[in-house]
Amino acid sequence: MAWDSWSAFWAMGGYGLYVWAAYLLALMVVVAEIVVLVLSRRSILDHLGLTARGRRKDTSAPDDETPA
Amino acid sequence: MPPADTTSTASESRGMPWLGIALEQKLYPLAGNAAPWFAAAAAVLCALGLYIGFFLLPRELAQGEHYRILLIHLPATWMSILIYFAMAAAAGVGLVGNHRLSAMVASALAPTGGMFAFLALWTGSLWGKPSWGVWWVWDAQLTSALLLLGLFLAVVMLHTALDDARRADRAAAVLTLVGLVALPVVYASVARWGSAAHENSLALSLAPGIIDTLLTGMLVMGAGLAAYTAAAALTRLRIVILERERRSDWVVRLVGE
Repeated sequence: MAWDSWSAFWAMGGYGLYVWAAYLLALMVVVAEIVVLVLSRRSILDHLGLTARGRRKDTSAPDDETPA
Repeated sequence: MPPADTTSTASESRGMPWLGIALEQKLYPLAGNAAPWFAAAAAVLCALGLYIGFFLLPRELAQGEHYRILLIHLPATWMSILIYFAMAAAAGVGLVGNHRLSAMVASALAPTGGMFAFLALWTGSLWGKPSWGVWWVWDAQLTSALLLLGLFLAVVMLHTALDDARRADRAAAVLTLVGLVALPVVYASVARWGSAAHENSLALSLAPGIIDTLLTGMLVMGAGLAAYTAAAALTRLRIVILERERRSDWVVRLVGE
């Protein structure tokens, strides 16, 4: 173990701001990309579900019109 | 010639005369199966890399603890360059062979490449300030890294701005290949006529034992980021395939299931 205490770990020998800014932003950017991927996957799946439903509506539409 | 007619309509109804659609259909579930494994490998390797970087690397009192930034800075830089090469290869194949799947692979790689190019600049700046007292210099490496980020962003923007996916593919591929030529030219010309602050700053005077640990940590992190790239790009490739192939029979069947 390189560190005497957790406070020494967070202080990073006075360079804490630089070190943690670098790693924190790396984490944030990776998390942001994962969130965007999950959301866009969900949105395309929803959209495809809607288009499939839309097709069913298209085929049922003439049926609705025929009685009138 | 009735037989020739039937074959041509059969291939046309499949949308492509060669294996394009079959490949996308095959790759879609494969990518879905592989992505979680790459993601798991990325998590394990990055955790190990961070452990090496923060707990096995000794205190560095002479240089300062900011040398631990190198553990994310260098692997992120390597990945941004590697991804650009991969993207250029896929875009080139897509452009020359008029191959849709290759172009989709290229477009799936671009956002992750841009992310690493941005991280390379950001972490490099945070490393540079305490090491050489400035956030930024217009040296060869930084200038070409900025150009690299710009190229990734431009590729992503082309795909979002152009509605015609095939036009976006071609434009992005041309841009990517122009960038492939421009990057070393910019690097060489700035290295020749510009300032050269980077090289002496990297002349770290670390003990051999520390350098070995640092290198090991960077390689483990690099492997972790490569696995992450594979997971992210494969997941995005599936999204791109669904978006572009939503009218094809197999996607419609997939939705029906």
